[in-house]
Amino acid sequence: MSMINYAAREINCKIVYYGPGLGGKTTNLEHIYGKVKPDTRGKLISLATENERTLFFDFLPVDLGTIRGFNTRFHLYTVPGQVYYNASRKLILKNVDGIVFVADSQPERMEANLESMQNLYDNMAEYGYDLTRMPFVIQYNKRDLPNATPLGEMQAALNPGWEPADPSKARVTPDPFHAGENLVDQLSGGDWVERVSYFEGIAISGNGVFDTLKGVSKLVLKALA
Amino acid sequence: MQPGAAHWSFDEEDLAAITHAVSRFLAETGAHSALVVDRSGQLVATIGQPLPFDPTVFATLTAADFSANDQLARLVGETDFTTLFHQGEKESMYVADVARRLILVALFDNRTPIGLVRLKIKSVVAELTSHLDRAFARARESGTTQPNILAGAADEIDELFNW
Repeated sequence: MSMINYAAREINCKIVYYGPGLGGKTTNLEHIYGKVKPDTRGKLISLATENERTLFFDFLPVDLGTIRGFNTRFHLYTVPGQVYYNASRKLILKNVDGIVFVADSQPERMEANLESMQNLYDNMAEYGYDLTRMPFVIQYNKRDLPNATPLGEMQAALNPGWEPADPSKARVTPDPFHAGENLVDQLSGGDWVERVSYFEGIAISGNGVFDTLKGVSKLVLKALA
Repeated sequence: MQPGAAHWSFDEEDLAAITHAVSRFLAETGAHSALVVDRSGQLVATIGQPLPFDPTVFATLTAADFSANDQLARLVGETDFTTLFHQGEKESMYVADVARRLILVALFDNRTPIGLVRLKIKSVVAELTSHLDRAFARARESGTTQPNILAGAADEIDELFNW
C-alpha cells in the first residue's frame, strides 16, 4: 500500500524482489546501490547471515524523481530465498505495491524457480492480494551462463499467462520492452492470455537491473494514476 | 478498534495532532526523540531532537522488528505483543503499537526512568488511537481520503522513466 506523505511531499512505494535462493535478488539491490547518486538513495541494509545469505531482508530506499511536486521514493526489499524462511518472507510481502520475481536461468534451478513462484502466489493469496492484478514483472537472471535455460522455456514455465481479469483488456497489447511480442494475446483456440513483462538480466554485471526497476516502478505509479 | 480502512492518509491536520500529542509525551518523560512509523515500515513523522541516523532505515527495521515479534507472540499463544523494550547501556527504546496501524518509538537515555515511559506512553497511545479512529471514520465516509494526485499523470510517469 503506497503512502502519500503530504507534509514531506513524498509518494512512498514498496517493491519486493522475490525468487529462489542464490538467484540474484540481493545482487540487484547492490548494483542499484552502487550506481545511483548517493543523494538519491539511503543506506543499503542487509539482515544477513555471516556467509552473506539473506536472513530476513535487504532494504534500499531510492528516489526516482518528482511528479506533480511529489518526490517518488521507492523502498526496495528482497526476501530470503531459502525455502525454510517462509515466515520472514511473508512478513516482507505485507503492504507490497510491486513485485519483481528474480528467476535463476540455470537448468538445475528450474524446480526452485517454480517452487518459489508457487510460494509467492500462496503468500500473496493469504494476504488477500491477487498477483494477477498488481504490478508484477519477472527478471530472468544469469542469462550469460552457457547452459542457461532457453528464454521460451522459462517463459512457458514461469510466465504462461492467465485469462485477462478485466474483459476490456482482451485485446492484442504489444510488449513495450520486446518488439514483436505481445503482453496480451489470443491463442489459436480463441482464448485470451495475459502475461507480465519480463527482463533478461545479468545482475552481477548490472545488465537488465535498471530496466527491471524502471519496468516495475512505472507499473506501480501507473497503478496509482 | 476496527482494523480501519484499506486506504487512508494523513493530512496536515492529522500530522499536527500527532506531533502535538507526542511532543507532550516527550516533555513529560524527558525522552529525547520519537518516531511514528506505519506498520509497513514507512516513516510518518519524527518528533523531538534531530536524529543522528537515517530515520527511513530506522523505520523499516522497527516495523520488521515489530512484525517478527508479532509472529513470536502468536507462537506462544498471544495475539500480539503491544510493546517492546530494547535496553542499551546509555540509549534505550520503547516501542508501542497504535491501533495495529502505527508504531510509536520513544528514544531515551539513562536519565529517563523506564517506568515513567511505560506509564506515560499509555495515554499518548490512547490519544493517537482515537485520532486514528476519526481518520478511519473519515476514510469510510468519503470512500477514500487519498485524493488522487497522480490522476491523468501517465505521460509524466513515462517522462520520469525516460533515462
